[in-house]
Amino acid sequence: MVSSVAMTLLERARAESTAPRERAADPQAPVSMSLRINDSEYRLAIDARTSLLDALREHVGLTGTKKGCDHGQCGACTVLMDGKRVLSCMSFAIMAEGHSVTTIEGLAKNGELHPMQQAFIDHDAFQCGYCTPGQIMSAVACVNEGHAETDADIREYMSGNICRCAAYPNIVDAIKQAKPKMKEA
Amino acid sequence: MRPFVYARADSAQTALLANSTAQPRTVASVHAASQYIAGGTTVTDLMKLDVMRPERLTDINSLERTPSGQIEFGARGLWLGALVRMAQAADHREVRRNYPVIAQSLDLAASPQIRNMASLGGNVLQRTRCTYFRDTSYGSCNKREPGSGCAAMDGFNRSHAVLGTSDHCIASYPGDFGQALIALDAQVEIAGEHGTRTIPFAGLHRPPADSPHIETNLKPGELILAFMIPPLPFARRSLFLKIRDRQSYEFALASAAVALDLQNGSVREVRIALGGVSALPWRARGAEAYLKGKAPDEATLNRAAEAAFADANAREHNAFKIPLGKLTLVRALRQAATMEL
Repeated sequence: MVSSVAMTLLERARAESTAPRERAADPQAPVSMSLRINDSEYRLAIDARTSLLDALREHVGLTGTKKGCDHGQCGACTVLMDGKRVLSCMSFAIMAEGHSVTTIEGLAKNGELHPMQQAFIDHDAFQCGYCTPGQIMSAVACVNEGHAETDADIREYMSGNICRCAAYPNIVDAIKQAKPKMKEA
Repeated sequence: MRPFVYARADSAQTALLANSTAQPRTVASVHAASQYIAGGTTVTDLMKLDVMRPERLTDINSLERTPSGQIEFGARGLWLGALVRMAQAADHREVRRNYPVIAQSLDLAASPQIRNMASLGGNVLQRTRCTYFRDTSYGSCNKREPGSGCAAMDGFNRSHAVLGTSDHCIASYPGDFGQALIALDAQVEIAGEHGTRTIPFAGLHRPPADSPHIETNLKPGELILAFMIPPLPFARRSLFLKIRDRQSYEFALASAAVALDLQNGSVREVRIALGGVSALPWRARGAEAYLKGKAPDEATLNRAAEAAFADANAREHNAFKIPLGKLTLVRALRQAATMEL
């Protein structure tokens, strides 16, 4: 099985041997890209170095997603990519082409807060609020992944989101409130 | 961050082509002008820090649609494609059941967000967390600037390695998954310009010796396609124990990947790898040899741990890793011996 899989790959690779798609020969030239964010298409022409986070905040104008450490250590920049939580600071915007990005702005539907947003308000699950968009996006994914079964589970699977105000117990409570409501929705 | 040209490859062949046309025949290193990017969790981080300065990035995420994006379990073992994400492998039913040490090494690493992004191929190639490597304001780092010295040697070296180090570098290998792979005798499938080759995972990483800037035996432009883990029925009795400064989302101070084959109360076969304490994925063959044929009682486990750290070499702040590493190994083996299967 193992070697036949390798063969397939090799054969396929040979068959598909074409020049890679060049984006721009001049690394300084803006790169045009199309991003799908919260069910809307955005066409951008920006520097290839732009992180998905900076593209969201500085070029699309969606400033709900926050920049904390910008090195993948705090989780403030968490967004959903094709429904999975990822760190928008750790990838380039151009790599999001062909994927569907959901930010905190995309959670409320028809003027009604997402159950997780409401639960964070109900449980006072923040103080300064800076980490909150990332916490909420991560919390939504945590429930969807099935990783919110126990308090210990929630704490473990929310460990990628740091809260300097230490609202952690309230965040756990909020997730427990939102979980059954997300199933209803 | 320095400017770069971005290209997308939809097959291993185009990825190699993209990389080889841009790459002079230099040894793959931190300064290689052309790099692959998958999850990006190491490359973007080190580019922001100006530690990595690629002029060209080849995005290989489309290889997810090839066997490099697949997990297969069968009579010939486990195939883990290099583009499989850490979370995918950690959540895979057959991986969890048949190779718990692999699933645990992935589950205990990084954060859920990073595990959704980071590819397995990138994971084994992640760079050290040594501060003197990551912070370019330090002038001395043989890994970053060959021949410049090692600031960690007499600096703050609490997190540094005690096994496999050299006079030129004491940086610790940060990965967990690599320890599970080396323990289970995994093989690595690599694509290069002359086709594919397969090497033991144990031969992928190089000890720092006198050239710590060369971290692997990959040739310039080569690309990891997959990991193959042989069938190993006793790997059901395996686990990954990780000891760290905080309970979650932290690198190991000491870790042990162990698999144990018990027959009538004595050790028929055993696999041991040690993380957090070593300069590269580290197999403790001396300890394995000592344990074979013996009953895994407390005294025997302690002596095996002594054997595992017999060649350990500590600096000013990391001497605690030697007793911690021994205790970690003893506890891992004790837990494996008492696992309910």
